[in-house]
Amino acid sequence: MQWHSVGEFFAMGGYALYVWGSFGVTALALVIEPLLLRKRRMDVLESLRRERRADERQGNPS
Amino acid sequence: MQNTIIHWFKYGSPQSFYPLAGKMLPWFVALALIFGLAGLWLGFFVAPTDAVQGEGYRIIFIHVAASWMSMFLYLVMAFWAGLGLALNTRLSSMMASAVAPTGALMAFLSLWTGALWGKPMWGTWWVWDARLTSELILLFLYLGFLALQAAIDEPRRADKAGAILALVGVVNVPIIYFSVKWWNTLHQGASVSINKSPSMAATMLWGMLLMALCFWMYSFAVALLRVRAIILERERTSEWVKHAVA
Repeated sequence: MQWHSVGEFFAMGGYALYVWGSFGVTALALVIEPLLLRKRRMDVLESLRRERRADERQGNPS
Repeated sequence: MQNTIIHWFKYGSPQSFYPLAGKMLPWFVALALIFGLAGLWLGFFVAPTDAVQGEGYRIIFIHVAASWMSMFLYLVMAFWAGLGLALNTRLSSMMASAVAPTGALMAFLSLWTGALWGKPMWGTWWVWDARLTSELILLFLYLGFLALQAAIDEPRRADKAGAILALVGVVNVPIIYFSVKWWNTLHQGASVSINKSPSMAATMLWGMLLMALCFWMYSFAVALLRVRAIILERERTSEWVKHAVA
């Protein structure tokens, strides 16, 4: 291993801005995309449930 | 033979693919995490400092993975879109729509990490060079596909229009891939190729390949997650969806 301290690791030999700028944005994107999809799924499921409840109230269960 | 045909049709319907996708999902998530952790560990703690680029070269571990995925996902998207156009199968077109946003994200990440790599090494965030420009066109093709589909209200018409755009755009993929050979560009040549041994340390190469596998598994997981949402949205009036939600 070439790192002698935590500070050295984060400094990335002077390339911190570029290396962490790349990894940071990528990590953020790969976390946000699944979260947005989870929300999209929850929204569809919720609207389907609402529709079903409305159907049942009208006395026409599907 | 008879068996295969039956299977294809069986899983070709959104109704039977929906639970199958749900079963495959955790496996792809697990593989993405395993490959990702192994790749990051190799990339940051095992791979040596580069003789020329110092620690700055470590951007390669995501830059190459994102770039490969952006091209590969385009081919996957065009394949499903083309299949949907030719066979008029709903699920194929849904798959194409499910892959497109992730492909666009990969193309963006490829350009973003490329800019952050180009600045310290070439002295510029951007040049209108063949490799960079054709990758930018790839991003625009993805965005064009998404915008076109979003602009058409009727889903099956949107599928068809998107499919034609996706198929025409396929010509751009080999242009990106061979751009570093066909033109004199600032971008370096291929890091890995089939007919010559790779021009980098073995640990760097393995880190890169593991990250590529991680992005690959991630893309599949996210595409499955998205296709499940698309299936529910588009098939919402069908009986099986109503029962599935109960």
